[in-house]
Amino acid sequence: MANVLIVAEHSGGHLRKATLHAVSAGRELARRTGGKLHLALLGKGVGALADQLKAYGADVHVADAPVLEHYLAEAYAPVVAELARSIGAAYLGAAATAFGKDLLPRAAARLGAAAATEVIGFGGEGAAVTFRRPMWAGNVLAEVELATPVKVFTVRATEFPAAAPEGAGSVVPVAVKVEAGALKTRFVEFKEVKSARPELTEARVVVAGGRGTKGDFKELEGLADDLGAAVGASRAAVDAGWVPNDWQVGQTGKVVAPELYVAAGISGAIQHLAGMKGSKVIVAINKDPEAPIFQLADYGLVADLFKAIPELRAKIKASR
Amino acid sequence: MPLKILVTVKRVEDPESKIKVKPDGSGIVTEGVNYKMNPFDEIAVEEALRLKEKHGGDVAVASIGGEKSTTEIRAALAMGADRGILVRHEGALDPFVVSAVLAKIFEQEKPDLMLLGKQSIDDDQNQVGQYLAERLGLAQATFASKHESLESEAEQKKVPGLVLSADGKKLAVVREIDGGVETLELALPAVVTTDLRLNKPRFASLPGIMKAKKKELKEIPAAGLGLDLSPKVVVKKLAEPPKRKGGVKVADVNELWEKLHNEAKAL
Repeated sequence: MANVLIVAEHSGGHLRKATLHAVSAGRELARRTGGKLHLALLGKGVGALADQLKAYGADVHVADAPVLEHYLAEAYAPVVAELARSIGAAYLGAAATAFGKDLLPRAAARLGAAAATEVIGFGGEGAAVTFRRPMWAGNVLAEVELATPVKVFTVRATEFPAAAPEGAGSVVPVAVKVEAGALKTRFVEFKEVKSARPELTEARVVVAGGRGTKGDFKELEGLADDLGAAVGASRAAVDAGWVPNDWQVGQTGKVVAPELYVAAGISGAIQHLAGMKGSKVIVAINKDPEAPIFQLADYGLVADLFKAIPELRAKIKASR
Repeated sequence: MPLKILVTVKRVEDPESKIKVKPDGSGIVTEGVNYKMNPFDEIAVEEALRLKEKHGGDVAVASIGGEKSTTEIRAALAMGADRGILVRHEGALDPFVVSAVLAKIFEQEKPDLMLLGKQSIDDDQNQVGQYLAERLGLAQATFASKHESLESEAEQKKVPGLVLSADGKKLAVVREIDGGVETLELALPAVVTTDLRLNKPRFASLPGIMKAKKKELKEIPAAGLGLDLSPKVVVKKLAEPPKRKGGVKVADVNELWEKLHNEAKAL
């Protein structure tokens, strides 16, 4: 039975949006392999989330226990692996978030399974399903086969649509055998970076700045707030200490694919482009007409961003 | 409490190199491409050196690959690592196999801490540390970072980001995850993978480079480890991603607004 198991992710009492994109990927895989989609939900007091998840038409296997209150790879991996075995899952997946990328390889090791990270698409049918994934910072796309009975993968959320509710699954409780005393990892604290803006990977519009801002993000943040957008940055801007880490868009930062991406004062290093080239419309504003970003921008404006952004903001205001 | 640390380094294409796929999709064009130590591994080496400078101990550097990988091991020795281990293997590998090989080396070396880059910038898998921790039954902390966004003046006086407990038995690690930063405490021995902003790796000094030439570099044939070395992640074909067709240049903000509003309907 080539069943598919997708691990759901949640934080602060909410399902993470990336999970719905992973559910889409799971549905597609189930179609290709002729298996059935199952969902896994782990945590403490997650009953309400299980009820939300079952609206996606798959059985939701819920491991609800105090030892699972804070996510730890060491505690979650055995639960997920055991569940995958018990339901005959040949495919185990999750979104390629910090959670998915931390957990799934560990669960794969437990299952003696090979894994593909940041999958952007599938090929083939039945047992011959292949995984398409970026390598070399997105400069190469590879088609890979996983030569183990169980196959593990994480998917890049921006490459699969968010699943819509369909059908109804049931909630199936999972026995948790993990003992807190035996764990070698202890959760100490989580410091949330709070922001009134939408999350970078989930925003409809992203306004990003680079070296050209010289550290002054005021106008960019203003534009972002005018548009209800998230603010992003190039690695150069983050490394200079101008903006927080989690604003970084790129191969080593976040991969985004919003409706509109405004790159201001960003030259367009390969590693930045890898993180945003999936955006629907790209606008580049840069003083340097030779900046590589212009090669992939839909609309390029050679201008000083400190003049152009306020003008653009005025235009937007006037149109409302 | 002196720490025995084992760090891994991988020889990869220089991130500044232009990567091109061979016409038949069987691999990448290697002519004219420079090679260097995987940047995340440099961060792992730096962190190991800082821990040693603070607590004393021994830093061994391991790599898996052909003769040429000695260059990257020597580069880590030049930064200040004590000795090198090259597991000789020619041909393709994957995280499944690499982690099995590293588990064997771990058993031989018995370090207190295993430090790896979070991913290599060639296959971008981000798996080996996690596989290794599970194979060895150890605590893991991926994406090790610092509370501060990056290193400031004098690179924060080379203080390690990983904090050893007073009794030397536990390690506190700050992790960069979605929505914030998390702190975990790991019982040693443990596996930690390093993210970008944990530290700024030092450059090797000239005396460091001279000394590195005389440091011990042990070779172990991978074939002698009693493992199945055939890759389980089988790359069937490589291709270049579809090119995004370049758009137009606009003359001024008026035209930009016009296009975004009426043509793209994005604003």
